[in-house]
Amino acid sequence: MTRWVMVADLRRCVGCQTCTAACKHANATPPGVQWRRVLDMEVGEYPDVRRVFVPVGCMHCADPPCMHVCPSTATRKRPDGIVTIDYDLCIGCAYCAVACPYQARYKTDEPTFAYGEPMASEAKRFDPRRLGVATKCTFCADRVDAGLAKGLKPGVDPEATPACVNSCIAQALHFGDLDDPASNVSQLLAENHFFRMHEELGTEPGFYYLWDRKEAGT
Amino acid sequence: MSFGPRPWLQQHWDWRAACNFMFGGCGAGLVVAAALLDGPHALAALGAGLALVAAGLGAVWLEIGRKLRAVHVFFNPFTSWMTRESFVAVLLFALGIAALATGAPWLRYAAAAAAAAFVFCQGRILHAAKGIPAWRQREVVPLIVATGLAEGATAALVFELAVAPLALAGLALVARALAWMRYRAALEGTSALAALAPAGRALVPLGTVAPLALLAFAFVMPESAWLAAAAAIAAGWRFKFALITRAAFNQGFALPKVPVRGARTQGGKP
Repeated sequence: MTRWVMVADLRRCVGCQTCTAACKHANATPPGVQWRRVLDMEVGEYPDVRRVFVPVGCMHCADPPCMHVCPSTATRKRPDGIVTIDYDLCIGCAYCAVACPYQARYKTDEPTFAYGEPMASEAKRFDPRRLGVATKCTFCADRVDAGLAKGLKPGVDPEATPACVNSCIAQALHFGDLDDPASNVSQLLAENHFFRMHEELGTEPGFYYLWDRKEAGT
Repeated sequence: MSFGPRPWLQQHWDWRAACNFMFGGCGAGLVVAAALLDGPHALAALGAGLALVAAGLGAVWLEIGRKLRAVHVFFNPFTSWMTRESFVAVLLFALGIAALATGAPWLRYAAAAAAAAFVFCQGRILHAAKGIPAWRQREVVPLIVATGLAEGATAALVFELAVAPLALAGLALVARALAWMRYRAALEGTSALAALAPAGRALVPLGTVAPLALLAFAFVMPESAWLAAAAAIAAGWRFKFALITRAAFNQGFALPKVPVRGARTQGGKP
């Protein structure tokens, strides 16, 4: 089996937002919609306060609450773990958006463009199917599928890897198959301490955050 | 301790969704109570209850992004409480309209059962919304059910003042106050409780004590039933409106560990 997951190394992320820009470029999301965001968090108490940059978005949960609540079956989970939305089925009730503990879902009711009137690039890539329905990060499933069809390896070959991962200047973001013990993400998780966001909710997110290396023997 | 993006109010469900819980819950409660009334009063209460449920569903229909696809709401009865609510609503209207057309008491009783299921589905809809801590509490389910019954049962007394609906109203009002206390305890210390506090405080004196006191005089002063219904409904609707539109904070983000960079003196403790 395959389970696509993403790993974010919090020690490496510098908060440059290149992943956010790359995602917007790759997916043509309208203003205000950021499928890949980077939070700028202040952590600790004075005088020991630090800044941490935290990439967030759809966590592609193994047990996604958005899918369970969806009345139209528009939200589904593929066998490889990617959570998808069928824009032709979605009714835009936004139940998934209030069920998602990661604020990863957006609904845009009206066409919006960066400067009011659409620029040529925006007009060309405008997709009316995305109006009035839920949208979110897809893990660039189309790139993954196209890459696999060409015999490429997602997470290793850029052509088969999500745009945000490709763009990361610090190599903080990684993508790969959790079920493959030899994959990049499995190796990273074996060598480092990690956590998942709001793990107590039992959603089993497919997005791991590295925070420290494991010492030998731990 | 993490000072990341703090929880913020969800913007996806607004007054239109709130109306579904306000009108739908009250209407369903009225259909339940109509089973305890007699003759034309029962049918009038049943009709009013169905109209309220329809108004609530109509309001929420205004909120969906793709209105012409509304029928897709029926596609996921396996896991979605919204789908289940929709199926129960169809059953409720079928039974209710049949009861209105034929006057058969057993159809009213069946419609009452469907109405009780409808308001239960509403509670479960909120409970399944894991992204909103104030909604996902299991204590929200009895609160939503009790407030719907309390509103509907007191409203039924406007149609006919009888012992059975009066007893139901009294019990439902007390149950609502108890459910609120349990729910409030579950939310202790959260920003959601602060947002709910004004509406929640009114649930006991205005929504429970005042209607119970007025109902005590209902047989000697029938007008007091109207006042009791108005107080119970106003308090319940205000509470549900606040629950959907004012207390629906998400969870924000939090870091259980902070990254260890450079000197390894912090041990990853946030």
